[in-house]
Amino acid sequence: MAIHPPEQTIWWNERIERGELVWIGVAFLWGVIMFSMMVYWHIDGKQNLSNEAYRIDPGVFEQRTEEFTKKFTVREDKNTGYPVAKPPAGGDVYMLARLWEWWPMLELEKGQTYRLHLSSLDWQHGFSLQPTNINLQVHPGIMHVVTLTPTETGSFGVVCNEFCGLGHHQMVGRIYVVEAGKSQ
Amino acid sequence: MSVATAETGIIGGIAAKFRTCPATGLKIDLAAEKLIKANAVAAVVFLLIGGLFGLLVALTRWPAVHLLPSDWFYLVLTAHGLDVLLLWILFFEIAVLYFASAVLLSCRLATPRLAWLAFLLMIVGGLMTNVAVLQGESSVMFTSYVPMKAEPHFYLGLILFAVGALVGVMVFFGTLVIARDERTYEGSVPLVTFGAITAAIIAVFTIASGAIILIPTFLWSVGYISHIDTVMYKLIWWGMGHSSQQVNVAAHVAVWYAIIAITVGAKPLSEKVSRTAFFLYILFLQLASAHHLLVEPGLSAEWRIFNTSYALYLAVLGSLIHGMTVPGAIEAAQRKNGFNNGIFEWLRKAPWNNPAFAGMFLSLVMFGFLGGISGVVLGTEQINLILHNTIYVPGHFHATVVAGTTLAFMAITYLLLPLIFQRQVIWPKLAMIQPYLFGIGVAGISLFMMGAGTLGVSRRHWDITFSDATVTFDYPATAFLMMGLNGIFAIVASLGGILYILITVGTVFFGKKVDASNVVASLGPMPEKQVSGAVHEYGSAGTWHLPGTYILVSVFFLSFVLYYFVNWKYLSEVWPLS
Amino acid sequence: MAKSAKSAPDAAQAVRIPVMQKVLDNPFLLLFLGVVIPTVLYIMWGLIELTQIPLAK
Repeated sequence: MAIHPPEQTIWWNERIERGELVWIGVAFLWGVIMFSMMVYWHIDGKQNLSNEAYRIDPGVFEQRTEEFTKKFTVREDKNTGYPVAKPPAGGDVYMLARLWEWWPMLELEKGQTYRLHLSSLDWQHGFSLQPTNINLQVHPGIMHVVTLTPTETGSFGVVCNEFCGLGHHQMVGRIYVVEAGKSQ
Repeated sequence: MSVATAETGIIGGIAAKFRTCPATGLKIDLAAEKLIKANAVAAVVFLLIGGLFGLLVALTRWPAVHLLPSDWFYLVLTAHGLDVLLLWILFFEIAVLYFASAVLLSCRLATPRLAWLAFLLMIVGGLMTNVAVLQGESSVMFTSYVPMKAEPHFYLGLILFAVGALVGVMVFFGTLVIARDERTYEGSVPLVTFGAITAAIIAVFTIASGAIILIPTFLWSVGYISHIDTVMYKLIWWGMGHSSQQVNVAAHVAVWYAIIAITVGAKPLSEKVSRTAFFLYILFLQLASAHHLLVEPGLSAEWRIFNTSYALYLAVLGSLIHGMTVPGAIEAAQRKNGFNNGIFEWLRKAPWNNPAFAGMFLSLVMFGFLGGISGVVLGTEQINLILHNTIYVPGHFHATVVAGTTLAFMAITYLLLPLIFQRQVIWPKLAMIQPYLFGIGVAGISLFMMGAGTLGVSRRHWDITFSDATVTFDYPATAFLMMGLNGIFAIVASLGGILYILITVGTVFFGKKVDASNVVASLGPMPEKQVSGAVHEYGSAGTWHLPGTYILVSVFFLSFVLYYFVNWKYLSEVWPLS
Repeated sequence: MAKSAKSAPDAAQAVRIPVMQKVLDNPFLLLFLGVVIPTVLYIMWGLIELTQIPLAK
C-alpha cells in the first residue's frame, strides 16, 4: 500500500499497463497542444500582451500625461468634470493611475489603433476595462505601452482591480468609443 | 491505550520512546506524536479564525448584505488570506511531514527540540502578523505589494513564521536520514512519504523565496532600504505565494494516496508512474509562479510562456497522471474487494459513509474539475488578459486550496484522530455529512466566483456598485446574482467548517479512547466485503481492468478540452491588443 | 535504499538498482533539482529581464 514501502525492491522496471500508457501519452500531447496554442496566438492571434515597457520617473510620466491632456482635451465630462482627451487616430495616448483615479478620460474612435501609455504615480493599480474585460497590471516607475484597437462603441469603465488602499473601490475611469469621424 | 505497548528504544545512542500502533503495526515515536498533535491543533485553531474572517468577506461581497464597512473589509480580507492560506495549511503540512517521516517509517523524529522551536517560531510569527493586521495599519492584503507599506512587525512575523516552517522541513529531512541510517524500513520509502518529500522540497524553494523578498521588505519598512522594485518584488514574492500552494498540491495528493490505502486498501497502480508524476512536480511545479505575472510590463513572452506552462505543461502531466492513478487504484482495490459487477459498482459501493473516503473523493473530483482546469485556463498566457485580478482568480484557488487541500486535510483528520490522537470520532453521523456539507459549499463558492469573474467583477473590491465613487460603472445583473449565490454557499461551507472544528475539538477532549480492540472500527465504515489482507498484489498484477476509471478520465478530459477552447473563443472577441 | 551491498548481501542486492530509481530514492539530489531549476528558470531569468527594461526617452 502507499503507506508502506514498495513490495518489490526494484520497482522501476515494473511493466506499465497499456491503459496507463495511453493516458500518459494523451496527457502529454494535450500539454504540447496547449503550449503550442500560446505560441500560435503570438503569430496569428489578435490579443497579446505588449512587450514594450520603459522605466520612467513618476513625475515625468505625470508631466507627459498633463501635456497630452492639455493638448487634446475636447470637453469636460458632463457629470464628473473630468477632462476628456480625444487624441488623433493612430496616435499616442496617456492615462495615469493614482490614488484613487484614472486620469484623464479618453475618447477613442472605433476601428482605430492607439498606443496607450499606462503607468502609476504611487502604488500598483489594476487597469480593468469593462465590460470588454481586458486586465493589465499598472506599476509605478514603469510605463507600459499597449497597442489597442476598440471594436465597439459606447462608454467603458476602467475599474481598478489591484487593491490600492482605502479608496480602491472608488477608483473608476472611463473610455468613450465613438464611430470614426464622430464625437460623443 | 496511550502507551500500552510503549517501549524505549535506544537506537544510534539516542533514546526515543515508541508505542506500536495496533491498527498498522507501525512504531510511533511519542515525541513525534506530540508534535503532530501540536501542529494539527494549531492548524485547526487558525482554520477557525481564518474561516470566520472568510465568511465575513463573503457576506460583505454579497451586494444585498454588504456587511462590513470598507476599512474593516480590507482588514478582514488580509487576515483571511494570512490565516487560512498560510497558517492553517502550513501547520497542517508540518504535521503531515512528521507523520509521513517518523510514523510511516517507524522512525524516531530527528531533533524533537528543534521541532518544538520550529513550532514556537511559527506560533509567535503567526500571532505577530495577526496582531499587526488587527491593529489596522497593515491592511495590505496577503500579497503586500510594494510600495504599499505595512507595519514592520507584519513582515517580521511572516519571516519568523517562515524560519520556523523551514526548521520543521529540515527536521523532516533529518528524520529521513535517520530512518535510512538506522534501517527502519526496507527498500524505497512509501509512496506517501515520497509525496511528502515532494511537498517538502517545494516548501524549501517557497520559504527561500519568501526570505529573499520579505527580509529586504522588512528592512524597507523600518527605513534601512529606500526602494524596492515593484515587479521584482512580485516576481520573487510569487515564488513564495504560488509555490506555497504547490506544496499543498503535493501534500494533498500524498494524503489522497494515504486515505485510499487505509480506507479501501488501495495500492498504487504503479510505483514507477506515481513517483515519476511527483518527480515532475519537483522539477517544474514551482515555475507556475509566473501565473501572477502574465500581464505585467517588462517580462518577455518567452519567459511567460515557458514558465506559465511549467515547461511544456510537464507538471500538469504529473497532475493528470495522479488524476488517473488515484481513482484507478481505488477501482482496482474495490474490484478485489469483490465489487466487480458492471462498470461502476466499485464506485457505488465505495465507503461513502466514511468521512475520510468521502472527503478524499470530493477533494479529488473538485480539485480536478474545478481547480485544475480553471488553473490551466487562467494560467494560459493570453487568456489571463481577460481574467487577471478578477474574482475568477479566488474562484480558481478556492477550488484548489479549499476544495482540494483543505477538504483532503479534513478527510485525513478522521483517520488521524483514532490513529494519532487515539480517540474515537464523536458524533459519527454528523462526521458523515461534514465533507459533503463543506464540499457543496466550496463548490458553490468556486463556481460562482469564477462566473462573476468571467463577467469582469474585480477581486479584493469592497463595492461593485461604486456607490461612493465619482465615476461609476454598472456590472451586469448576473454578476450581482453570482456574488449573492457566492455568499449563500459561503454560509454552507462555513457550517461545514464549523462542524469540522466542533467534531475535531470534541473528539480530542471527549472522544472515547481507542485501543487494540476498537481501533479498526474507529477508522469509520469500510467496504463491506473487504477482507483484511486480501489485497496482496499490485493493481497492475492480475485484474488490470479499470473501465470505470477510463470513463471518468475521458469525461474529465473532454470537459478540459471544451472549457479550454471556450475561453480562447472569449478572448478572441475582446479588443485586439498587442 | 535501506541496505548497502557490503552489509546486506542478500538476493536483492545481486540485482542492479536502475539509475532512475536511485535518483528518486535520493531526497537530497531531488531537493537540489527542485530548488535550482525554478531559481534559474523562473527567478534568475525573470530578474535579468527586469533589469533590462530600457529607460524612457
